[in-house]
Amino acid sequence: MSTPPVSTSLGTPKIRIRGLHKAFGSKIVLDGVDLDVEAGTSMVVIGGSGSGKSVLLRCILGLIEPDAGTIEIDGENLLTASRSRQDALRRQIGMLFQNAALFDSMSVGENVAFGIRAKHSDRNGATPSRAQALQMAGDLLKQVGLDPSVGDLSPSELSGGMQKRVGLARAIAGNPNIMFFDEPTTGLDPIMGAVIDGLIVDCVQKLGSTAIAITHDMASAQRIGNRAAMLYRGRLIWQGDASGLMNSGNAMVDQFTHGRREGPITMELRK
Amino acid sequence: MNAVLDPIAALGRAALGLIKQAGALALFAMEALSHLVRPPFYWRIFFSSLIETGFFSLPVVALTALFSGAVIALQSYVGFGQYHVQSAIAGIVVLAVTRELGPVLAGLMVAGRVGAAMSAQIGTMRVTDQIDALTTLSTDPMKYLVTPRLLAGTLALPCLVVVADILGVMGGFTVSVAKLGFSPSTYITATLDSLKTMDVVVGLVKAAVFGFLIALLGCYNGYNSRGGAEGVGSATTAAVVGASILLLLFDYLLTDLFFSQ
Repeated sequence: MSTPPVSTSLGTPKIRIRGLHKAFGSKIVLDGVDLDVEAGTSMVVIGGSGSGKSVLLRCILGLIEPDAGTIEIDGENLLTASRSRQDALRRQIGMLFQNAALFDSMSVGENVAFGIRAKHSDRNGATPSRAQALQMAGDLLKQVGLDPSVGDLSPSELSGGMQKRVGLARAIAGNPNIMFFDEPTTGLDPIMGAVIDGLIVDCVQKLGSTAIAITHDMASAQRIGNRAAMLYRGRLIWQGDASGLMNSGNAMVDQFTHGRREGPITMELRK
Repeated sequence: MNAVLDPIAALGRAALGLIKQAGALALFAMEALSHLVRPPFYWRIFFSSLIETGFFSLPVVALTALFSGAVIALQSYVGFGQYHVQSAIAGIVVLAVTRELGPVLAGLMVAGRVGAAMSAQIGTMRVTDQIDALTTLSTDPMKYLVTPRLLAGTLALPCLVVVADILGVMGGFTVSVAKLGFSPSTYITATLDSLKTMDVVVGLVKAAVFGFLIALLGCYNGYNSRGGAEGVGSATTAAVVGASILLLLFDYLLTDLFFSQ
């Protein structure tokens, strides 16, 4: 059932995952995931709730420790590298969380400035002062279609779409060459979803980043990704071009992408 | 047979759970403390916690201490009247306030006010992915959220206790002079005669330990909270209850250590 990862180039993939396993108690969430993401590719991972999409991203980010398997970035195994090397590899990653995860004790501008200062101080360069970082935050806010005056507001004063934009500005603050997007359009109306997708595509292209996005939203998946994969019960059951998502030829993928009740995927009762 | 063994098994499980929790708390504390000697140190978070813990707790601690001193003076007057030793009131007030009531009441007030707030704030950050966001922004959450708060709690409570000691004695003085007919100069002289440096110092040491425990329990419970609003609520309750119990336990242990001779 599982489709082996297909390399589209002869070089080392930017991200290579092999045999990734993770279980919480008796619940197996990732059951031997193999995935290659080529440099410059935007990979979209789709799958039902609880299929392990978020856990996959969190394993790569080091927020969850996998039980087995390897995760390589630029050919270097994250899981066996020294702590400082893991940190260095992960510093390349920018993350947009599902709910934006803005720091509610800071203003919008301070949130973005935090990202700027945190990433700059990593790179042994001069850390910008708070005032400089706030000014740079204004430029980043403009880049995601927000007026710099929004920087004075508190995150709770923003709509969901604006929070996502601020989250995106914070994520790109360190010019990451890998970007993760966790359900970027969840909770947004279709127009705002399309706007956020457009911003994501622009940012990824401008930075020349490699991206992994996880989503339930098929329209969003096709807008963001040029490659796609589907997770089902902790296993990758299909990989292919994102343009082929709606006509994959895989009965499970087709049932999921077309939202059909009948098909090989059945709802299981939570034990 | 089961009727006999089941309660013992339950007791054993509870004991093991308690030991596990104590171990986890100790490891959490050690990790947080290890960041004190590894840069960077987040001074802004430290000063903001210091102001939150020390300055904004002043009114509640001051009022508690003032009335406690007043009540001790009143109760002692009634009790000591039976033995005609009312003159000992000033000594009793200063002894009770500096050794026990100052640190313990300030600690309990701060546990309810600041320990709960720390737990709720960090717990909310946990369940809304803000702590994960810190990690993805190359910022160690323990170093950023926990270490500055532990240091602020440890330093702020002794400062509050100095205020509590002064106001507690003033409460006793006010009641004794205004209501019980003591001469101000006699009362002050008796207070100064009874005041011992050791009592004040031990009270401040206790306060530092209590401040550390309050911040530790607040941060630990918030940091490990799970399950949305309900989880944050439970973590906050656990932080206040846990800190209050530990505070009283350590009060006994420190009293035994310093005054049992």
